[in-house]
Amino acid sequence: MRIFAVAFLALITLAAIAPGLLTGSTPDAADALAALQGPSADHLLGTDANGRDVFTRIVYGAAPSLLAGLGATALAVVVGTALGLLAALGGRVVDEIVMRLVEIVLSLPTLLLALLVITVTGPGTVNVIFAIALYTAPSYARLVRAQTMVIRKAGFVEAAVSLGLSRGRIVTRHVLPNAFEPLVVLATIEVGTALVAAASLSYLGLGPQPPAPEWGAMLSAGRDYFSVAWWIAVFPGVAITLTVLSITVVGRRLQRRIA
Amino acid sequence: MSTPVVEVTDLHVSFPAVDAVRGVSLAVHPGECVAIVGESGSGKSVTARTLLGLSGEEATVTAGRLAIDGVDASRFSERQWRSIRGRKIGYVLQDALVSLDSLRPVGKEVAETLKLHRAAPRHEIPGKVLDLLTEVGVPEPEVRAKQYPHELSGGLRQRALIASAIACGPRLLIADEPTTALDVTVQAQILRLLAERKRAGQALLLISHDLAVVAELADRILVMKDGVVVEDGTAVQVLGAPEHPYTKSLLAAIPGPGFRNTVPGDVVIRAEGLVKTFKGRTAVDGVSFELRAGQTLGVVGESGSGKTTTARLVLGLLRPDRGTVEVDRRQTQVIYQDPLSSFDPRFSVRRILDEALEVGGTPRRERVKRSIELLEQVGLDDGVLDRRPLKLSGGQRQRVAIARALAPRPRVIVCDEPVSALDVSIQAQVLDLLTGLQAELGVAYLFISHHLGVVHHVSDHVLVLKDGRAVESGDAHQIFTAPADPYTQELLAAVPGGHYDQADPSRRALPGREQHHRLVRPQVG
Repeated sequence: MRIFAVAFLALITLAAIAPGLLTGSTPDAADALAALQGPSADHLLGTDANGRDVFTRIVYGAAPSLLAGLGATALAVVVGTALGLLAALGGRVVDEIVMRLVEIVLSLPTLLLALLVITVTGPGTVNVIFAIALYTAPSYARLVRAQTMVIRKAGFVEAAVSLGLSRGRIVTRHVLPNAFEPLVVLATIEVGTALVAAASLSYLGLGPQPPAPEWGAMLSAGRDYFSVAWWIAVFPGVAITLTVLSITVVGRRLQRRIA
Repeated sequence: MSTPVVEVTDLHVSFPAVDAVRGVSLAVHPGECVAIVGESGSGKSVTARTLLGLSGEEATVTAGRLAIDGVDASRFSERQWRSIRGRKIGYVLQDALVSLDSLRPVGKEVAETLKLHRAAPRHEIPGKVLDLLTEVGVPEPEVRAKQYPHELSGGLRQRALIASAIACGPRLLIADEPTTALDVTVQAQILRLLAERKRAGQALLLISHDLAVVAELADRILVMKDGVVVEDGTAVQVLGAPEHPYTKSLLAAIPGPGFRNTVPGDVVIRAEGLVKTFKGRTAVDGVSFELRAGQTLGVVGESGSGKTTTARLVLGLLRPDRGTVEVDRRQTQVIYQDPLSSFDPRFSVRRILDEALEVGGTPRRERVKRSIELLEQVGLDDGVLDRRPLKLSGGQRQRVAIARALAPRPRVIVCDEPVSALDVSIQAQVLDLLTGLQAELGVAYLFISHHLGVVHHVSDHVLVLKDGRAVESGDAHQIFTAPADPYTQELLAAVPGGHYDQADPSRRALPGREQHHRLVRPQVG
């Protein structure tokens, strides 16, 4: 199970970095004569309504699809960590303000919030990243705040204070690195959620615009042909599902190793 | 002689990784107290747990004979063991806060044993619980029975635990380190209670790392090391004329008055009228003292006496409400009771020392060389540099902590219970190291401990704290030989295993170590 997950993630990573190694053709090569063909030796996963090769589009779609999920997670971790540290170390008033804000964000329906952001900012990968980071950051903020509060009471922090280390040193050298492990675990699991969220937004037409290959957008495009050409929608969906499952398997494993 | 309550011969207990017990034989008769003494890993607790059928699923147990109350127990099923536990053998553990259910009043806890073994008709149970609590010396049993473990003091919790262990009138009471977590005066009370049980005909099996504690009670003492009984004899024999070198070293390691010959330098800490209050509770109440370079001030007191708060005030981790501390904090370092928690779990010994040297201003390129020098000074070799403290033994960890404290070349080291978590022979080594370093480097110690023997061993001056107040202070020798304050007298009287005897300095002095401590067996009765 774990081997499959790791292997699949390796494959997806390769597709994202060097798609040319996995497929000979280009994702935008339309061929009206070859439209809506089922899986065959020529077209491994069939072709879409414009005659583009679905397999090639999935391979090229890996980069933008992953980018949104990873980007949103990275941004959320950075913002969440900053907010968490601020809340934990900034005194009671700051803590109250930050944590109430965090709770307000957490209390809103996630997709609705993302839709709201994109309605204001307009569609596109970068805006999708912002929208998703906005509503995932609070959980990192909470985690970092709790970790920091525990760690700063730890014996080795007091020992560092007694040793004569400066406050900044103690935070960067002792508090943050020790708070980081659970953060990494949460992040690996949350990448999956972010991926699904990004695909959902693309599905709604708010992500990368056509003809860019992106799994959520491809899924959406295949919707109209589902009764005649199921492969257009199903294979991008499978790609999303397998990626998220693999990430979850690896993330859980990481979590158990650290805990 | 009567049938032994428990008898075991040639007991072997092995776990997949280790043979924990190898060939232990013992028997406990009614009204007798047998003690097993040993350091951590000696197999003493495993032996005790095996007598309760609690050695665990991974353990392989073999014995020539294992009999409880004359009945062969070597083939007991789990069910049969359950009928033994609590009814025939009561078990008291070290930490009553962990051993008692924190979500139930202690009265219910005691009642449970009675219900389980149907030792009393249902309607009589509440009365029986109060009788039991009274029997173990719990004041106001009606009130206490309704309280939760966290609402009771350590001593009362331990009493409640003993009450539930003796509820069904077991023939044997096994007590595993029953007083280790307790203050010395409370410890004396619990030992008195166990002595009463023994006089009433109860068989006792006492497990302890501390020879002094068992000296009070034991008729027979088994000394264990690495799973083997190295010495077995009557208490008088073992304590008075030990044969095995290990027993001798254990006895010699019991800290007693040290030989002090220090020259006081200039004042390095001057505290005056320190007051610190937490939420209306006064932790430190007008404490003043002075520490001079090259000397040791011992701060003694029981838990809650304000020892640690005083240390934190000196270190600047707390600000006093009133009073002043004059100390150069850049020249002050600390050693804690639990060195492990004082190290960042991600750091190797190399990084720990490197950071401390950095704080002390040692240039980067000299740090590795200095680290190795420091390790040599504390008796470690450079092989530990790339190990993490988690992989080191307790004694090694404390040595690393001492090396770290020495790194910035401090003039003062605050030692907060530095040896309380260590086995007695390791404790002696670390104390010797500390006194040796003082002679070599002229560093001053503010030495905090609840252990009077330890403080006596290292201190030039002593400050006795009680409820945040200094009840007595002055020359160490003076205070330990002729305490003026009644509380100091009470503390000294509560020290288990005898009293300090200056009259006979020849007894049990280790070569190279000046110490004149003597165990005197108290008169029973």
